[in-house]
Amino acid sequence: MSTEKQLYTVSIYTENNIGLLNRISAIFQRRHINIESLNTSSSEIEGVSKFTIVVNMTEVNIKKIIGQIEKQVEVIKAYYHNDDETIYQESCIFKMKSDLLFDERQIQNIIKESNARIVTVNKEFFVIEKSGKKEEIELLYRELRGFGIMQFTRSGRIAVTKEEMKISILLETYNN
Amino acid sequence: MHNKNKKMETQTIKNKKTATKVTEIISGSEAVVRCLIAEDVKIIYGYPGGAIMPVYDELYKYRDKIHHVLTRHEQGATHSAQGFARISGKVGVAIATSGPGATNLITGIADAQIDSTPLVCITGQVPSHLLGSDAFQETDIVGISTPVTKWNCQVTRAVDIPAALAKAFYIARSGRPGPVLVDITKDAQFEEFDFSYEKCTKVRSYLPVPKTDIATIEAAAKLINEAKKPFIIWGQGIILSEAELQLKAVVEKAGIPAAWTILGASALPTSHPLNVGMLGMHGNYAPNKLTNECDVLIAIGMRFDDRVTGSLSTYAKQAKVIHFEIDAAEVDKNVKTDVAVLGDAKASLELLLPLLNENSHPEWHQQFKDLYAIEYEKVIKGDLHPTKEGLTMGEVIKEINIQSKGEAAIVTDVGQHQMIACRYAEFNKTKSNITSGGLGTMGFGLPAAIGAKMAAPEREVVSISGDGGYQMTIQELGTIFQQKTAVKMVVLNNEFLGMVRQWQQLFFDKRYASTEMVNPNFVAIAEAYYLKARKVTKREDLKEAVAEMMASKEAYFLEVVVEKEGNVFPMIPSGASVSEIRLE
Repeated sequence: MSTEKQLYTVSIYTENNIGLLNRISAIFQRRHINIESLNTSSSEIEGVSKFTIVVNMTEVNIKKIIGQIEKQVEVIKAYYHNDDETIYQESCIFKMKSDLLFDERQIQNIIKESNARIVTVNKEFFVIEKSGKKEEIELLYRELRGFGIMQFTRSGRIAVTKEEMKISILLETYNN
Repeated sequence: MHNKNKKMETQTIKNKKTATKVTEIISGSEAVVRCLIAEDVKIIYGYPGGAIMPVYDELYKYRDKIHHVLTRHEQGATHSAQGFARISGKVGVAIATSGPGATNLITGIADAQIDSTPLVCITGQVPSHLLGSDAFQETDIVGISTPVTKWNCQVTRAVDIPAALAKAFYIARSGRPGPVLVDITKDAQFEEFDFSYEKCTKVRSYLPVPKTDIATIEAAAKLINEAKKPFIIWGQGIILSEAELQLKAVVEKAGIPAAWTILGASALPTSHPLNVGMLGMHGNYAPNKLTNECDVLIAIGMRFDDRVTGSLSTYAKQAKVIHFEIDAAEVDKNVKTDVAVLGDAKASLELLLPLLNENSHPEWHQQFKDLYAIEYEKVIKGDLHPTKEGLTMGEVIKEINIQSKGEAAIVTDVGQHQMIACRYAEFNKTKSNITSGGLGTMGFGLPAAIGAKMAAPEREVVSISGDGGYQMTIQELGTIFQQKTAVKMVVLNNEFLGMVRQWQQLFFDKRYASTEMVNPNFVAIAEAYYLKARKVTKREDLKEAVAEMMASKEAYFLEVVVEKEGNVFPMIPSGASVSEIRLE
């Protein structure tokens, strides 16, 4: 098992419970593990939530963390995967001055080439949205930075795995 | 429709095929008490206050069904509930008000969490419209207790109370047990609703006992059958799953020497020839040394705590490791296993037993005996049969052993007296060692003894404390007096925080920083609570004083002044290997 640190995407299927975020983040906090990004949403199963957490750590330690997460009563199942085993995306939005669209022609090229899109334009500002890998988003950020960015926000990673996650089957076995 | 003052009972046909269901409109607070009754709770420990008053009002009405014990501090309530749970195997219940009442429960909850003790804690909370507003006695107890509970929740509607408590009891007692907390807002306690109670038998996302893979049992049996030097180390899992007889059968059939963690003590009688003693920092010499010589290490219901393993990089590296464990998160957490058998200890050992060959390993046993002889000469003889002036803690424990005939439940606090008591107490019965292991909570002993005695009034319960820990929860003498709880209390007084002083002596060049205690008149304090009390300073008085204590039908306090600077040996220095265990 690898003792080198690498990025892992942790996928946690849970009941939709108010205090659970606290319980899960505390497990990382106790071991001083910095969460690179965190996303919660509903999952493919009705009534089941999904946490997607990205951390940089060794496989030996992520296995222990997964065990301690799964031990929580309202956690159904937790998985960890490296980047090769997942298909993942992040999303970001930029707010910029509308004048730039007319004064700086290359901005339109940047938007086109980076597969970003303009969400809205008004007199004062326009908003660009881009989904992709972290590096692509960082590249776009660097390209736009020189023009002056009024606001920038990047989302946490969302991911699906190449491997099948048999949550429905698992829930059935739990209930029998 | 919902008349606040009058209980309404109407009958409605719920299911045409079967019977009629009684609609019962009651308050949330009454529902709390009714849920406890439905869970067969007869004794609870707690302390009233504003946000829990409606529940106390119902406890008053139902006082013939549930005995509420007013402790003198909420910490005492949790420790008493723990003592109750540990001796009976049932769920202990503690109740407190919001704010400080709730936060005072935390030490006991944390103790129960790390020592896998089933507790249900109920706290009152400010009315739901005030939540988050920094109201009087408001604290986010769900947030505060999250890292130290197996599960917790807040209830803001009366209608949710029965399901929350049913789930709480189920989670607390099932699988690897632990503490849960249910926080109930005051408006939910007042609100009325149609009550019905159904016990919880499953939670969708929770698998209390993992399925046992028979292949792992077979792999374990093969390793054990091929072993020349097999060694069993067991923990509280044996007691929690009530696998004492199965452990004994395995040990005897395969002829395997077996040692215990502090919380596993008493699962196998002390006198059993294959019981080779305590593991860990102040455990016995042979089991620690030979951990690093066995060829197959069989861990059952224990979690390889650092106080047991010492340095992990030098722990049992030569051995194949088998781990019988109910909590999958414990497998490979500290020690890498070769065979992990997930599941309940009792069921797993029952499956294992028929696969084991009969064996005796006489040469291997001899190694344990030889090392015991060394420990006896260097440590045990001096502890139990001292010739120097000054009473030793060991001889007090020995006297209690003799006079209780090994039948007493020993409740200890934390420190030197705890290590000595666990090393030398003789246990004939299981569930006889009640102590704070994982958290090491000073002040645990006295209130835990109260709970233990109440849960098992037929048993002799002897609380043994040091002069430090005793004073951390000394106020519970008031509970003992009011409840007339016949606990026997022994304080081994060396006028020091002895364990810390020992470390200061050994590792901090005898700089005794804040470990010397100037103590009060302990006998006078006990007598102020109208308890029988006595102080012993001389060896010749010990036997008679212990006899008087044991003969007492009511609570009895015995202070024994012991040597001031006695040390507990053997000792594995912090971070050292188990094979570096020191005898002096």
